[in-house]
Amino acid sequence: MSDPNADQSFEAGLSGSATDVAQFEEKKGPIERFQHLLHVAPWMIPLIVLVASVIIFGIALGSKFFAPFTLTLILQQVAIVGVVGAAQSLVILTAGIDLSVGAIMVLSSVVMGQFTFRYGIPAPISILCGFGVGALCGFISGFLVARVKLPPFIVTLGMWQIILASNFLYSANETIRSQDIEANAPLLQFFGNSIRIPLPGGTAVLTYGVIVMVLLVIVLNYVLTSTAWGRHLYAVGDDPDAAELSGVKVKKMLISVYVLSGLICALAGWVLIGRIGSVSPTSGQFANIESITAVVIGGISLFGGRGSIMGMLFGALIVGVFSLGLRMVGTDPQWTYLLIGVLIIAAVAVDQWIRKVST
Amino acid sequence: MTEPILQGRNLVKRYGRVVALDHADFELYPGEILAVIGDNGAGKSTLIKALSGAVTPDEGEITLDGKPVHFSTPIDARDKGIETVYQNLALSPALSISDNMFLGREIRKPGVLGAVFRKLDRKEMERQARDKLSELGLLTIQNIAQAVETLSGGQRQGVAVARAAAFGSKVVIMDEPTAALGVKESRRVLDLIQILKGKGVPIVLISHNMPHVFEVADRIHIHRLGRRLTVINPKEYSMSDAVALMTGAKEVAGPHT
Repeated sequence: MSDPNADQSFEAGLSGSATDVAQFEEKKGPIERFQHLLHVAPWMIPLIVLVASVIIFGIALGSKFFAPFTLTLILQQVAIVGVVGAAQSLVILTAGIDLSVGAIMVLSSVVMGQFTFRYGIPAPISILCGFGVGALCGFISGFLVARVKLPPFIVTLGMWQIILASNFLYSANETIRSQDIEANAPLLQFFGNSIRIPLPGGTAVLTYGVIVMVLLVIVLNYVLTSTAWGRHLYAVGDDPDAAELSGVKVKKMLISVYVLSGLICALAGWVLIGRIGSVSPTSGQFANIESITAVVIGGISLFGGRGSIMGMLFGALIVGVFSLGLRMVGTDPQWTYLLIGVLIIAAVAVDQWIRKVST
Repeated sequence: MTEPILQGRNLVKRYGRVVALDHADFELYPGEILAVIGDNGAGKSTLIKALSGAVTPDEGEITLDGKPVHFSTPIDARDKGIETVYQNLALSPALSISDNMFLGREIRKPGVLGAVFRKLDRKEMERQARDKLSELGLLTIQNIAQAVETLSGGQRQGVAVARAAAFGSKVVIMDEPTAALGVKESRRVLDLIQILKGKGVPIVLISHNMPHVFEVADRIHIHRLGRRLTVINPKEYSMSDAVALMTGAKEVAGPHT
């Protein structure tokens, strides 16, 4: 313990010093400014990369690439990853990860199809059942993460296997053919419908799946930035203990995030039927890894609490532009994977650099 | 004598076979700064947690304004007007200053935008946050939308105190508010405590720093072995007396309340 007779005289030296507690000096230098900008708007980098890659492929391929048909084809190819990526973004923002998104998507699509064709349930009700299954899967993961306090990686790794196995057991590995769906339950293929816009240079084809993906991202962006639920989600991902003490109900938040993620995966399952036409229990194998790729390239931090869902959309589009562009250039498709690998590592490196602002 | 605003009577809290609170009493009177000191393991943090709702006592009664209250979470205590500034501050680093101040009690836009679309009224929250910070003399902040992680330790403490001051209508509890701060920043926080007191908010200050305690406290609650040993007036005792009482080197002389 300090000398009891000592007073605060050492503080006399403070008399000439600055007295403001909260004084904020302006950032100096272009690099700090840029770092600060990225800190405020982490979706800037994927947007810049996206625009740059579109310009580069545009120069390399000319009007072939800039044709409305090509550009909208990229959107169509990205639709599923975009929807699943939205679900993945929510979970990753809470500092979790959901490895079961692809499996939930496939199981939901199988439930929608099999309920209609095996039991003769009207398509709208089967679709609702598919959403119910998605929500249930999400709830189980959320419950295990929030209440039982198991790590999200392990929970969803297990759920991935469980859901995928249930999917194969239930569907008996049976595909429902596209023609049957078209004849008996066209609602299942709803998101395969498209709006065709004739433009100079070709026809832009916007499938309902593309439109719903864009709408979903816009709505979620609003929810995340402008509602209390969204702010709480960031706070939980940032520091769950601090969030709890500040009055956020962390467990309820986590469960609601996983349930919403499950619902969005079910929506992806419905979009998937529209995209491939049939209901196949073996489809969507890569949705997991592709969604995580989109999220990471999109600048959302795997450590939670940082990033924007718009970034995820840009990330998904970057992958789409690279895949299609390189295929049109005529290179070996392995170059695509190589470049995406580089982008993933670069994106995480940038995230770490942005985080340095806090030290 | 005025009635205590916050009172604990016969509080008992056991963790297994360890008795953290052993029939402890506590009184906080309106408008005062009450310091709580005690050796490590004396049970002062359990006492504070019981008063702020972080733990529920096994026995005993807590009254606020003379009425019995039961807190099962810190949110319950907060709703009753008891705000706590935690040692780790409980701020979300990536969120802005105003987002942090209003976390868990956001203001929504009036009308359909707020009721149906749940839209937050960011302008109003930023205005109130700015008002509160300037009221406490903290306002050289240009950008209230700045992330908390870009602030220094003292600035963060300022935000946490401002949040407590903004919503702590009855009582503000501060757990080691100067422990992690430098000399200059500690000074500023002590000034903040005085400003808060000047506004008539009673404050419970938990600290190990005797000079700080003796400087700001009106009364000092000495906690020892799970219960209140005595309450002393800092003007009548020296710091060494307080330390001696706290550690058991000296017995309490005469009757105290």
